[in-house]
Amino acid sequence: MPIPDSERVGILPLIVTDTPGSTITVNNVIKQFGRFAALRGVTAEFDAGRFHAILGENGAGKTTLLRALAGLAQPTRGEISIFGRSPQEACRDIGYMAHPSLLYDEMSGMENLRYFGSLYGIVGDARCEEVIRAVGLDPELTRAVGQYSQGMRQRMSLARAILHDPRVLLLDEPFSNVDVHSARAMVGLLKGMRDAGKTVFVITHQALLLEGVADEFVWMQAGEIVDRTASLARSASSAEGIQ
Amino acid sequence: MNALWAVTLATLVKDIRLEWRSKDALNSMLFFSLLVVVIFVFSFDPLAEESRHIVGGLVWVAFLFAAVVALNQTWARELRNQVLDAYRVSPAPANALFLAKALGNFIFVSVLEALMTPLFVIFYNLRVLGPAWQLIPIAVLGTWALVVNGTFFAAMSLRTRSREIMLPLLLFPISIPAVLGMVAGTTAILTGEDSAHFYIVLLLTYDVVFTTACLTLFGMILHAE
Amino acid sequence: MKRLFPILSVITAILLAYALYAALVVAPTERTMGDVQRIFYYHVPSAWTAFLLFFINFIASIQYLVSRKASAKTAAKWIVLAIGAVGTIACFLPRVQQLFPAGMRPSAVATTVLLIPIFYFLIGWLFPEEKLDVLAVTTAEVGVVFCTIVLVTGPLWARPVWGIWWAVGDLRLTSTLVLWLIYVSYLVLRGFSNSAQTQMLAAALAVFGALDVPLVFLSIWFFRTQHPSPVIGGGGSLDPRMGQVLLINWLAFSCFAFLVCWSRFRLELLHREVEEAHAMESLAGAGVAAKASLPLGRSSR
Repeated sequence: MPIPDSERVGILPLIVTDTPGSTITVNNVIKQFGRFAALRGVTAEFDAGRFHAILGENGAGKTTLLRALAGLAQPTRGEISIFGRSPQEACRDIGYMAHPSLLYDEMSGMENLRYFGSLYGIVGDARCEEVIRAVGLDPELTRAVGQYSQGMRQRMSLARAILHDPRVLLLDEPFSNVDVHSARAMVGLLKGMRDAGKTVFVITHQALLLEGVADEFVWMQAGEIVDRTASLARSASSAEGIQ
Repeated sequence: MNALWAVTLATLVKDIRLEWRSKDALNSMLFFSLLVVVIFVFSFDPLAEESRHIVGGLVWVAFLFAAVVALNQTWARELRNQVLDAYRVSPAPANALFLAKALGNFIFVSVLEALMTPLFVIFYNLRVLGPAWQLIPIAVLGTWALVVNGTFFAAMSLRTRSREIMLPLLLFPISIPAVLGMVAGTTAILTGEDSAHFYIVLLLTYDVVFTTACLTLFGMILHAE
Repeated sequence: MKRLFPILSVITAILLAYALYAALVVAPTERTMGDVQRIFYYHVPSAWTAFLLFFINFIASIQYLVSRKASAKTAAKWIVLAIGAVGTIACFLPRVQQLFPAGMRPSAVATTVLLIPIFYFLIGWLFPEEKLDVLAVTTAEVGVVFCTIVLVTGPLWARPVWGIWWAVGDLRLTSTLVLWLIYVSYLVLRGFSNSAQTQMLAAALAVFGALDVPLVFLSIWFFRTQHPSPVIGGGGSLDPRMGQVLLINWLAFSCFAFLVCWSRFRLELLHREVEEAHAMESLAGAGVAAKASLPLGRSSR
């Protein structure tokens, strides 16, 4: 059943929680690119310390939502709050991994992390080495990132995102082009981070990898969140909408 | 303030290291500036006396072209793999990135100028009649004038279509007083006919005004989508 | 407002016609330059109009830039007030007056300085945030048109009088040319931008341009002192009838510019409304398209 326009675009009442600083809220966010709307009024509240998998077809607005959460895309309308602050104010708490690697191809992994560490005021190699080991790579590797395999590059990209120990992880397709073994290792790492109290958002087309790991599956379609389920199996009525 | 300089230094070191590894821009730019000098020599073949009057203009126009080509490559590295986004999500101050890029470009363009100047001197048999030491402040201030706005507008043209051509379109009109200062100042010193003091003051004013403007507005430009 | 537009159009048409008549017939023929001098009645008012429009563009751009942050807005307000107050007082200090070129009256300079805060607050009061950018586009485009008229009529006059089309050392021609270049690049930036924040980029460029203008003026002024340039026919006293004709032409051109700006402003507003409606359409889906396409419906009525 189609939702009336007035209700869809209008401001939905925000559910007030006891501790406003402990959630990530997206309040009626619209993002337009010229005449095209990538997000068409997304309202949602995400609990901290949980693993959210964002699913949907290409062009459903997943990446735009993630970029808006990271503060990279300014919503045309609506607000986003990360633990009660704007994404820009909360930038120290956010780790962002995009589809491209966000790494310099000509430098080694360690050199890359050293540079990005300096942006967060991280001095010394200890933390960088720790993170590289955590993603299953070797800090001694002197090869330039450009010569890494796709899987290694993805893992190094993840290392960059978690370097400053953020409370919120925003990951855009971390498992694409990664072999099953490496993907499972990455999932294990993310699960461990969730267990340590981090909030994890993962966009993926390989939802099966996250079955039993993600606490919640967020289904997006045409710039809206159409469903939120605890398991991959969606109720018949809501799944109809997507078909 | 400390964070600003720490990040500036880290970014500058990173850029120099990357440039040194790939040497893309450096090699092509060195050859490009050599070509510019040679083309100019073939196009203008004046007597020694005339050359003093026109070389100021020739040299700076050549520098301007070389600088624009160099400036266009400033942000290319940050666009590959969208590394700029990694900077934008970090808490590092926007001005640190700007200062690092501007300083890097300043070093780069200065190297090009240092290479092109002797060629001009040889090809045009130049002998300075005025106080030659004053060429140094003119060169330094003039180069900074080109580079500081060039870095800013190169960042601005990232957000446009056909960004390579946008940079000169934005940079040249704003640079006219600086170019006039450099050219007229250099000519004044070469010929020894006038004092170049006013032009040095003009360039200094230009540099102070536009460095301030760039630092004030760069944050907005960086965070524009 | 709607009824005012045709009335003003008629008034402007009459004014322009009379101004042309005045310039060609009423004004006396200049003794040395002859009839060529009459081009001044178009040249000078166009220049004044263009400068005024660029000035409004600069103020609108500043307002737009600071409107995004409350603290910046407050700071800008006090800075503008300070500039107005200090500038006006400074014009009457003997030491400052010595710096003025000969023939420049302190009261005229003070009035010009006072216009800065007046325009600033007037524009801030009349135009809310999103309309500031519409105003900036409008004034830049119309300003470039008038500036082009200045640049075309200038050499047309210079050729028979000076014997040359252009004098690089001439302060007014050359700084007008630079101003024109800056605003053309401003319009190019607007056209080529694919950013979601084109308005902001354009406003930043307008500020750079405004900072550049005094430096251009200064550099050419000094350049000229070293390079002989033709003496401009002014300087002497102006025939009172010439002054009157110039004033009428200025009035006619100002009305015309205002009219053009008004139309352009409304056009741009409508254009943005249509864009917005299209975006809303894509937001809402096809079902409510009729409701969202407001401006289209209005024009067909």
